[in-house]
Amino acid sequence: MARAALLGRLEIPIPRGPLRWQFGTLAEVVQETPRVSSLFFDVPGWEGNLAGQHVDVRLTADDGYQAERSYSIASAPDDPRLALTVERLDDGEVSPYLVGELRVGDRLELRGPIGGFFVWRGDGDVPLLLIAGGSGVVPLMAMLRHRANIESSVPARLLFSSRTQADVIYREELSRLGAAGDGLTVFHTLTREKPSGWTGYTRRVDEAMLKEVAWSKRENPAVFICGPTPFVEAASQLLVAMGYEPRSIKTERFGATGGTA
Amino acid sequence: MGFVSRGFRGKRRDNVSSSRVPPGQYVVTDFPVLSAGPTPHVNLDQWTFSIEGEIDEPKKWSWKELSALPADTVTKDIHCVTKWSKLDTTWKGVSVDTLMEGVDTAADFTTVYSDGGYTTNLALDDITGNKAWVVYEFDGQPIEPQHGGPVRFFVPHLYFWKSAKWVRGIRLQKEEHPGFWESNGYHIRGDPWREQRYWGD
Repeated sequence: MARAALLGRLEIPIPRGPLRWQFGTLAEVVQETPRVSSLFFDVPGWEGNLAGQHVDVRLTADDGYQAERSYSIASAPDDPRLALTVERLDDGEVSPYLVGELRVGDRLELRGPIGGFFVWRGDGDVPLLLIAGGSGVVPLMAMLRHRANIESSVPARLLFSSRTQADVIYREELSRLGAAGDGLTVFHTLTREKPSGWTGYTRRVDEAMLKEVAWSKRENPAVFICGPTPFVEAASQLLVAMGYEPRSIKTERFGATGGTA
Repeated sequence: MGFVSRGFRGKRRDNVSSSRVPPGQYVVTDFPVLSAGPTPHVNLDQWTFSIEGEIDEPKKWSWKELSALPADTVTKDIHCVTKWSKLDTTWKGVSVDTLMEGVDTAADFTTVYSDGGYTTNLALDDITGNKAWVVYEFDGQPIEPQHGGPVRFFVPHLYFWKSAKWVRGIRLQKEEHPGFWESNGYHIRGDPWREQRYWGD
């Protein structure tokens, strides 16, 4: 408890100096869904990250050709390994390598952590409202892991939209965290499937759902929304229309306009 | 030979001249959206564009006035710090040089500011000399709200976070004040050709 309380106050500053490329060694792979895997890296000298930050990853071919991408960090600040949870995109260049080619023991070049806005430090006492579409859950999972690690009593709700039951990332861990009785409630919705026995929602996020799930605007929750662009646009516009303060809503989008969630 | 990622070949894009793509970037054909918060909905009837700060007589245009100014149509490559580049994007709007005509200022720096509270800092030299525009059309159409419409800033020689969406004005300043992303880990200038992504780059 004392350790947890101490960690909760740890200030991890955003580094002012150059972010150097460094090596992580893949130590463990956990397949989360058919398309999504979590990669756990040992990174010597890793100075930690805030929940919500990302890293840049760089791949180099034998002729010197390089490709760089950014990935959200899934691990909490004081987790022992740096975790990335990566969705394999069929037409992607880097994700099919990370999910498919990279093996335990391989090294990966990365630099970070990056970003000082879409982060939850674990301080303050306003309730937390997290809204995720698909692999947008990754930086929000870092926040929930951080919240659990520091034994935070900040009330939190996660609304997580997935296509099908099999696509739900972190399903068991979320179920465990949500059952811990520490003030976290996890809500799921499926947009492409209505499995028998499913107790969550089975539709796209809408106002009625947010009215049931979201903290009232009087409680002025800290809101983090992450997912494909159309998903984030829809969820954030609904909350603004419901009277939530736009500046309390932090968003992170991926992909282009007009894509599907 | 330095480090090689075992088993990585990559998707070469032989059709793209590498001289047009800054280091660490890849070319997309779609148009990704990056915004730190909800998309604001801007009413052009009440919209104004201002130049203020280190200026004797601040300037202000209504939408009607700004859209009546001589406009340029420019085709430029854009580079987002999140790694995508989009080539040959066409925008229409008013050059900052046109807006700055007759302005005498002791400022070397500016803060470009937007609806929703977004700011970004730019050296005055980076937005004058035919390098920056206040734009209201993309590909011949009004700019979509998600992409910063109805009116956004456009300074394509720097990373695209400098091209502030939902722009409302330019504050002229004697000193440099880091803007929103520049206070949150991102480079103060953001030149993609020098890969100035983050603090310390």
